[in-house]
Amino acid sequence: MAIRGTNIKIEGLTHRYRSRSGVTFNRVDLESPQGEALAIIGRSGCGKSTLLHIVAGLLKASEGSIKLDGNPIDGPSPKWVMMFQAPHLFPWMTVKQNVGVGLTFGNWSRATIDSRVDEAIRLVELQDFAQSNVQDLSGGQQQRVALARSLVMEPELLLLDEPFSALDAFTRSSLQHDVRAIAKRLGFNIILVTHDIDEAVIMADRAVIMAGSPGNIVHELDVDLPDPRDRGDPQVQKLRAELMDSFQEAANYNKPKAAALAG
Amino acid sequence: MTSQQVAMPRVSGGIYANMCDVLQSSGTKVLHFVVGLVALLALWWLAIFLVTLDPSNSQFKDFAPRAAFEALPALWQDGIIPDAISSSGFRLGMGMFLAIVIGVPIGIMMGRSLWFQQLTNAPFQFLRMISPLSWEPIAVVVFAGWEEAIIFLIAVAAVWPVAFSTAAGLAKIDPSWFKVARNLGAKPWHMVTRIILPAITFDVLTGIRLALGVAWIVIIPAEFLGVTSGFGYAIQDSRESLEYSSLMALLVVIGAVGFVLDSAIVMLIKRYSWHRG
Repeated sequence: MAIRGTNIKIEGLTHRYRSRSGVTFNRVDLESPQGEALAIIGRSGCGKSTLLHIVAGLLKASEGSIKLDGNPIDGPSPKWVMMFQAPHLFPWMTVKQNVGVGLTFGNWSRATIDSRVDEAIRLVELQDFAQSNVQDLSGGQQQRVALARSLVMEPELLLLDEPFSALDAFTRSSLQHDVRAIAKRLGFNIILVTHDIDEAVIMADRAVIMAGSPGNIVHELDVDLPDPRDRGDPQVQKLRAELMDSFQEAANYNKPKAAALAG
Repeated sequence: MTSQQVAMPRVSGGIYANMCDVLQSSGTKVLHFVVGLVALLALWWLAIFLVTLDPSNSQFKDFAPRAAFEALPALWQDGIIPDAISSSGFRLGMGMFLAIVIGVPIGIMMGRSLWFQQLTNAPFQFLRMISPLSWEPIAVVVFAGWEEAIIFLIAVAAVWPVAFSTAAGLAKIDPSWFKVARNLGAKPWHMVTRIILPAITFDVLTGIRLALGVAWIVIIPAEFLGVTSGFGYAIQDSRESLEYSSLMALLVVIGAVGFVLDSAIVMLIKRYSWHRG
């Protein structure tokens, strides 16, 4: 699988919903070098998921720009693929058909599709289920199919929108390690949106905290830890505590404004 | 990969047990099928028996099951049944084809466009409530021959179940499938061919099943007038020539053909349905 990462540059990104008053986030600047796994942490409603949808090209920004290796993002592309909170698999298809569906939208030969699909299925270790209907799989396995469906596109950037939050703790932990390991092996970038600090510490090279209304990046922290990362490791615990302090600090970010409004 | 809950792939270790289950299930189904039909025959026989206890009703003996089944071979050998199957089948096929070709796109538009759905809801509900047979005098005037008029009546009867079932199928589509497909680079025609059509196949086929039932009911009275072929004509002919055993035999064949058609659609629904339950 021929994948490489990309340099991401987000400048002055602003979003406001047409139907609602107010700004979701205002003038967000963010950079991520090639091959980095970046986590965006924040409470519900801070705009992190909207930011990810804009990076995926599924929503339009009101102002600002996103560039990958200097090229602006102007819509969805197989180069930047998003994995959602739920797998959203096509239930009338087998695992193999689901994984290859994105390639059938392009002009790929049958042989190329088959070879790339088989490789992606091997990466997520679902070879024994290739011909199974996806409805016969467990939640974790379905999310692995969604991961393979993204990986088969050979993206430069994988966008993860709280992708494991609906899974049980064991499956979640397993997938967090596996996705990071695959990303590091293949070299693509990750932007992970989550409100789970443990997930950020296990999966990311760097974490930024988004808070406020309108939202913005209020803090960032390098997660410089060796792989594989173990939750019980004192270094992981220390970084987790540090990130939690920053998160709580960020949670108070709005308080003066709220107090002023109340007063 | 660390430990996690997994669904195991299906293995062939229990083939014998699976076959036993399938055979047992099939046996039960066949038993229910036979018992149901025998009960229907018994009721039919009992009704005629009770009516003909009174000697003044002796003419009803020709309506009994035995007389009907005795008339069947002659009707087949004289070509009456094969001709009726061919003529009515052609009209049904053409009418259903038109209903599907018109109904599915209308249903897709109703399901995809709120504007279209709101605009067409009142006129479609209004038209749907008009009995298909009441269009017959107009159809005879508008079309050059009775053949076309009957096909039109079948299409009018069948188009609404197809359109409304298709629209209901569209309404059940998970909007996330479109988002995922767009994210993976799907073009608008991919949305129709790879997402919408497979997603609504179950509902379209269910609509076709309903439509087929209505069309099969409508075709018989529609063939009472104007044509000299088809089941409707054959029944009318038997009534006028007082061949009641033939009339009852034709009713048996109409029921059997309808049952076979419905079973074929049910098989298609099972084949193409992705719903689990």
